[in-house]
Amino acid sequence: MAKPLTWQSATVEAIHPETARAKTFTFELPDWIPHRAGQHYDLRLTAPDGYQAERSYSIGSEPERQGVIDLTVERIDDGEVSPYMHDVVAVGDRLELRGPIGGYFVWDIELGGPLLLVGGGSGVVPLMAMIRHRAALKSPVPTSLLYSSRSADDVIYAGELERLGAQHDGLEVVHTFTRQQPAGWAGYQRRIDRTMLSEVSGPLGKTLRAYVCGPTILVELVANSLLDLGIAASQIRTERFGPTGT
Amino acid sequence: MAEKLVSRGFTGKRRQPERAGRVPPGQYLVNNFPVLSAGPTPRIRTEQWSFTIDGLVRQPVTWTWTQFLELPSKEYAVDISCVTKWTQLDMKWKAVGVDTLLEAVELDAKAAFITAHSYGGYTTNLAIPDIVNDQAFIAYEYDGKPLAPEHGGPARLVVPHLYFWKSAKWVHGFRIEERERLGFWESLGYHRRGDPWKEERYSGD
Ligand SMILES: Cc1cc2nc3c(=O)[nH]c(=O)nc-3n(C[C@H](O)[C@H](O)[C@H](O)COP(=O)(O)OP(=O)(O)OC[C@H]3O[C@@H](n4cnc5c(N)ncnc54)[C@H](O)[C@@H]3O)c2cc1C
Repeated sequence: MAKPLTWQSATVEAIHPETARAKTFTFELPDWIPHRAGQHYDLRLTAPDGYQAERSYSIGSEPERQGVIDLTVERIDDGEVSPYMHDVVAVGDRLELRGPIGGYFVWDIELGGPLLLVGGGSGVVPLMAMIRHRAALKSPVPTSLLYSSRSADDVIYAGELERLGAQHDGLEVVHTFTRQQPAGWAGYQRRIDRTMLSEVSGPLGKTLRAYVCGPTILVELVANSLLDLGIAASQIRTERFGPTGT
Repeated sequence: MAEKLVSRGFTGKRRQPERAGRVPPGQYLVNNFPVLSAGPTPRIRTEQWSFTIDGLVRQPVTWTWTQFLELPSKEYAVDISCVTKWTQLDMKWKAVGVDTLLEAVELDAKAAFITAHSYGGYTTNLAIPDIVNDQAFIAYEYDGKPLAPEHGGPARLVVPHLYFWKSAKWVHGFRIEERERLGFWESLGYHRRGDPWKEERYSGD
């Protein structure tokens, strides 16, 4: 990648609320560059006096969707950038982006599977790009998503995940709700632990590729448990959404 | 882009403006110590730990954990910037200076770069002028406590004047080289040097 990544002025084409705390922003890029599922863009905001703030956001959309990218931003109430994105940014606004960035936490169908995706909160965003990429190319790679949310209302991409999971094309979507469960919920209702990982990953065998994304404590616990379960360290790729370790 | 695109309605939070002079461009201050790495955290028992300098040296040298702790150590308080945008000021480490380690070997005249390599397979490339003269150290305590595995314990390299991916966690040794050999992130599109004040984030920056 010798070509420098340059800042582009991207136009907000659509804003879609995913949950009460997460919104998806569709950006039209003047110079759209094909990405790999799992990569991110850097976003840069500039105040009238030149003060700037930069943050990273994973690409939620699949590379087959050309010309635009989706970024999904969770609102951190006392944060600097995410509340601005939620409260101020409107369709038609122009913001600076540069990317795609990151060459390790990436998956494409050539890498194959079986695929274990484990996400917490907005950590599902890069995993969704992988799921959408898989679906767009009708890949049969056996894939399980284990997704931890506080409650069913906090599930990002809920409708699409339900639809994709119901196609029985080798994609399993497994939720765990850590704080509040819907009435009659028979699924997991605790933080991800080794037993849960063993149950969800079991059918995929020991040669699976794992992608784990979310808050640091979730990533640490999941990665260590997968090692305990006999998955090789070289098969486990992690991405931690700093800065807070919540 | 020479002209800056102002973001409509954005003023920013500007926490702790009195310290802004210590925060490189594109970075923001945090008060906790975030964790970032590409895979699972290796757990290395200190009885198994060792640190080796080899490559372009007259005689390679290896320290065991006990021998390493016997080397003269120093307390450092340094500002750290991570390419994921956080900067933390005055991070306190107990460490052995890289200068102290290099005194134990005789470098070949062609030596110009090192590859720092870690348990778990991580590597990063550094130019020798970037790690001498008290600019880099191998830390085994953070904030008065043994360095936790998720932060790179038992010991990690710390190169405060470069982005934090250069500060290899779980460091296992230095290979002294004539030519620069790109490390893990450097061969995935990150900058070969990584100076935060020049915003050398990605290759080509
Ligand atoms: C590779 C990568 C990909 C990411 N992808 C996504 C994604 O897809 N979606 C997503 O929502 N997020 C993602 N993130 C996280 C994102 O980059 C931001 O960190 C997040 O949006 C919070 O930014 P903010 O400006 O709103 O909050 P910040 O202003 O950064 O604040 C975050 C927290 O830190 C505290 N804090 C910050 N500075 C200080 C200070 N000086 N003193 C005390 N407390 C402080 C705040 O109070 C707050 O609780 C990603 C991060 C990385 C590294």
